[in-house]
Amino acid sequence: MFVCRAIVALLLAASVLTGAAHAEPADLDALVQDLGAGGFAQKQKAIDGLAATGDPAAVRSLEAMLDGKLYRRLSDGRVAIGAPSGQVIRLSDPLTGADLGDAAPADVDRVTINNRLRAGLRAALGGLTLLSPEPSVRRSAADAILKARPEGIEPLLRQALTRESDDSVRAAMEQALAAVQLSSAPEPEIRIAALRTLSQAANQDVRALVAGLLVQDANGVPAEPDADVRAAAETTLAAIERRLAMWGILGNLFHGLSLGSVLLLAAVGLAITFGVMGVINMAHGEMVMLGAYTTFIVQEWFRAHAPGAFDYSILVAVPMAFVVAGAVGIAIEQSVIRFLYGRPLETLLATWGISLILQQAVRSAFGPTNREVGAPSWMSGAIEVAGGLTLTYNRLWIIVFSLVVLALLMLLNRATDFGLTMRAVVQNRRMAASMGIRTGRIDALTFGLGSGIAGIAGVALSQIDNVSPNLGQAYIIDSFMVVVFGGVGNLWGTLVGAMSLGLINKFLEPVAGAVLGKILVLVGIILFIQKRPRGLFALKGRAVEA
Amino acid sequence: MTHALHARPDKRDTLLYLDGVTVSFDGFKALNNLSLYVAAGSLRAIIGPNGAGKTTMMDVVTGKARPQAGTVLFNGGIDLTRLDEAQIANLGIGRKFQKPTIFEQHTVAANLELALAGHRGVWNALVFRPNGEQRARIDETLATISLQAHRDRLAGSLAHGQKQWLEIGMLLMQDPQLLLIDEPAAGMTDAETAATAELIRRINRTHTVVVVEHDMTFIQALDCHVTVLHEGSVLAEGSLPTVQANPQVIEVYLGR
Amino acid sequence: MHLRLPAAWVTVGLLLAAAIAVPLLNLAVPASSALHVPTWVVSLVGKYLCYAMLALSIDLIWGYCGILSLGHGAFFALGGYAMGMHLMRQIGSRGVYGHPDLPDFMVFLNWKELPWYWHGFDNFTFALAMVAIVPGLLAFVFGWFAFRSRVTGVYLSIISQALTFALMLAFFRNDMGFGGNNGLTDFKDILGYGLQDDSTRAALFAVSALALAAVYGLCRWIVGSRLGQVLVAIRDAESRVRFLGYRVEFYKLFVFVVSAGIAGIAGALYVPQVGIINPSEFAPAASIEAVIWVAVGGRGTLHGAILGAILVNYAKTFLTGSLPEIWLFALGALFVAVTLFMPRGIVGSLSRGADRRPSPSATVEAPASTADPAAP
Repeated sequence: MFVCRAIVALLLAASVLTGAAHAEPADLDALVQDLGAGGFAQKQKAIDGLAATGDPAAVRSLEAMLDGKLYRRLSDGRVAIGAPSGQVIRLSDPLTGADLGDAAPADVDRVTINNRLRAGLRAALGGLTLLSPEPSVRRSAADAILKARPEGIEPLLRQALTRESDDSVRAAMEQALAAVQLSSAPEPEIRIAALRTLSQAANQDVRALVAGLLVQDANGVPAEPDADVRAAAETTLAAIERRLAMWGILGNLFHGLSLGSVLLLAAVGLAITFGVMGVINMAHGEMVMLGAYTTFIVQEWFRAHAPGAFDYSILVAVPMAFVVAGAVGIAIEQSVIRFLYGRPLETLLATWGISLILQQAVRSAFGPTNREVGAPSWMSGAIEVAGGLTLTYNRLWIIVFSLVVLALLMLLNRATDFGLTMRAVVQNRRMAASMGIRTGRIDALTFGLGSGIAGIAGVALSQIDNVSPNLGQAYIIDSFMVVVFGGVGNLWGTLVGAMSLGLINKFLEPVAGAVLGKILVLVGIILFIQKRPRGLFALKGRAVEA
Repeated sequence: MTHALHARPDKRDTLLYLDGVTVSFDGFKALNNLSLYVAAGSLRAIIGPNGAGKTTMMDVVTGKARPQAGTVLFNGGIDLTRLDEAQIANLGIGRKFQKPTIFEQHTVAANLELALAGHRGVWNALVFRPNGEQRARIDETLATISLQAHRDRLAGSLAHGQKQWLEIGMLLMQDPQLLLIDEPAAGMTDAETAATAELIRRINRTHTVVVVEHDMTFIQALDCHVTVLHEGSVLAEGSLPTVQANPQVIEVYLGR
Repeated sequence: MHLRLPAAWVTVGLLLAAAIAVPLLNLAVPASSALHVPTWVVSLVGKYLCYAMLALSIDLIWGYCGILSLGHGAFFALGGYAMGMHLMRQIGSRGVYGHPDLPDFMVFLNWKELPWYWHGFDNFTFALAMVAIVPGLLAFVFGWFAFRSRVTGVYLSIISQALTFALMLAFFRNDMGFGGNNGLTDFKDILGYGLQDDSTRAALFAVSALALAAVYGLCRWIVGSRLGQVLVAIRDAESRVRFLGYRVEFYKLFVFVVSAGIAGIAGALYVPQVGIINPSEFAPAASIEAVIWVAVGGRGTLHGAILGAILVNYAKTFLTGSLPEIWLFALGALFVAVTLFMPRGIVGSLSRGADRRPSPSATVEAPASTADPAAP
């Protein structure tokens, strides 16, 4: 134990002393020019050379090469980064970025690479960026090394480790170092120590690396010759898999809740129009779609008139979408639905017709293609949690947003006069009418409320889905499933219905695959409705049927 | 009085036997330990204020509602709580709804023909043609409910009272042992009400009948044993004058 | 009963006349003649006839029994796939990859042998039986659960839509073994006759017209029998029927299965005439569109369903050809206008204009507020 630590320490110290000294610019340029050399072997040599310099200035050229943007000018053989612009390719110096003029495609050769070079490039980039001043860049460099485990990276990695001040990046580098040692160190002790370090990981690549030690070939000979190392690998593998499973469950939970909140947003308006009024609004999805397009228009206005305030565009879009979708909803109720009360199947067909008209209207006005809706800065980005789990801010916000909408709706229902009259009309229309409530007006407003909330859902969905005329169609069946599953006329039921469907979907996905999972959920709901035709939170008794 | 109510008759002597039946909807007890016994061949009127459980009682007997507790037996020992509506109907229990429920898009004769006792299978229905005897029964029933002249009219075009009678006629075509009739006189003129009471008394000669009704003149015309329901259980039982004199009944009906 | 005899004879007579006349005018009359019917018209009208049969199947359950299925396209598509599988097997080794047994898409997916459910489809009689049996079986299982638990009205509509949606997702998957996205296509011949030949197309047309006439006769027999009376009674007052002692679920199940079988046959006749079957036939929108044919023609009148299917599809062909932008507006407006202003459809409005009979729709049960007479 002590011995192996001492060895590691010695190696670390040695690497600091021999640490890569920065090369002179001239050498660097020569190496970059070699990238455009004839054979793949020569290119690989140039890449290795650049990697050995440890100079971040080489990063641009290597990245360009990886992206296929590195060219060699035929006239003078100079290597340059090219950006196609119209008929010509604009060339710039790979090191300084200085403009080298335009070239016709026939005048340059693209520097070709193969898969082997691609791996080499990635490794070299990983090494070069290890010393970047940006912690996030260093972090991804460490992750890249862990994945690729390039030969000869160890000294550089050690050097980076000694300088590292950020704890999380240091941990990532230690993992990367252990992975490198595990795959290249000849001493079993070092490999065992590396395994011990790696047992803290929650990472598919590490899992694959460790599992690889235990693989047996056709003759039953294990890949790892040393029995002690194999035993350590087994322990480590079990630890990693446990941790991965845990993160997997947490990930499913998050994605399930995220999907559930999307379903909740899409369905909660329907819970009002279908659940409270008994109106089947097949154009509900189009209300969502209108909300999304309202967001698009609001953002266009902000882009044109107040680009500085773009981050607040969503806050403006929410009330706008509510008003637009709500107004369209009231118009639909007044012009069509109110003539069809008590005839639910007719309502269904008529509103389907309306949905076709709205889709085609939006298609005619905005075109059939997806519209780009931007995300405000506070909704972009993600929190990186361990184990490959990333929580994106937009999804987190949508979860919060859906719950806020639901809470406001419940408050409206319970604590306002409108909620009271709405419930009165639902429970006993004739009595409400005789008490002076204008039931027709309440119907229109209730329908407008349900539609308006669908519009708000559209604002949220525009952040995670394509804004196209077909946006609504994707949600209508799911929304109905949520309402029917949760129980008609009960907002708690909608919440539970949406979240359970979201979670079931996401937990089935890894087992059955996305499509099959969705099919299973649909079939499950079909069976469920037959067992409990009125849903999870059904009101019981004669009142429902009266 | 209370004691007498709970004197349990022999199950074998009663056509309809309800004992300790409780039905609740979300905590609200529509029927609360209800016990009711109807002897074969009798005519029974059931009265009670709104929400007393009259309709729920009929739901329980006809299989529409399931009791959480209690016994519901028919014809000596058939447990009705285990059967569905169609099975119960085929046992010989007919039910008329409060709101007349007939097939509005069919003719009067077709309504009666559909109710005609007999095989109810799908295949049978595909090849069924009424024979002479069955046509005669339809004519007979049309006469009983005074709708001969309307034989080929669409049932939906009948007057309200005529619809009520048609529904009773459909029950007669079923030839049940027990008829449950919910508010047959609702919305009828006085003359129609009297005719309906007469019709029910006539039906009672060959069938056991339970009538739920609000109309006291109608009950009076029926001249039969009366059961008063209140909050899901039996409040009083006896002849109409007896229950009308009962102080509890007066309190429930007049309130305070 | 609901159909005066002349209308029935006119419908059957027209179909029989078309079955003879159209193939004759296509094959026997020279192309130069004004009376010549070009082959593309034969196939187009043949397609309409298949749609008309689908409309009949929907009318049988919706118009007469009040069951609004928004998933009938699924039965149509399953019938179509059964026929498509037969036509695929008929290709034999003439496919692009020339494999003796496997259809091209299976070779492409590196499959080594035919999946078990493809066996037997090389036999025409077997495939013909499956055309009605597979949809019928699905309808039986679905209906068994739905009708026994008394799922009615819009709930049934919604779950039938979910059913066809689930099937669409399933058939889009390559590993289902039905050609995934592309479906089944590139058929060569049927019973040895080339599908591109004029004579084959004319014969398919004649078979479609005759089959439609036969199915029409079957539906008329059903709705004219006492069973038909029970169905209408269920539509108008389901609980009354139940309290009369009828097992409502069995009646619904029977007519639902028959209807699904008819839809399957329609799909099977459709596939050889259009030359392809793919998962888009399962799309919920396709099923709802079929419902509007029935509504336009007049539900509860069998010839109305046929008329509606042909009229709406003719309008679709015309509009999508000349003004594609307009078609969805027109279709959407049609949905709204028919439900608002013409709930009994063309035939219903024409034939009973004077009769102030309530429309069947008014008595269909409401969702949350089941119009149940037994409730107070």
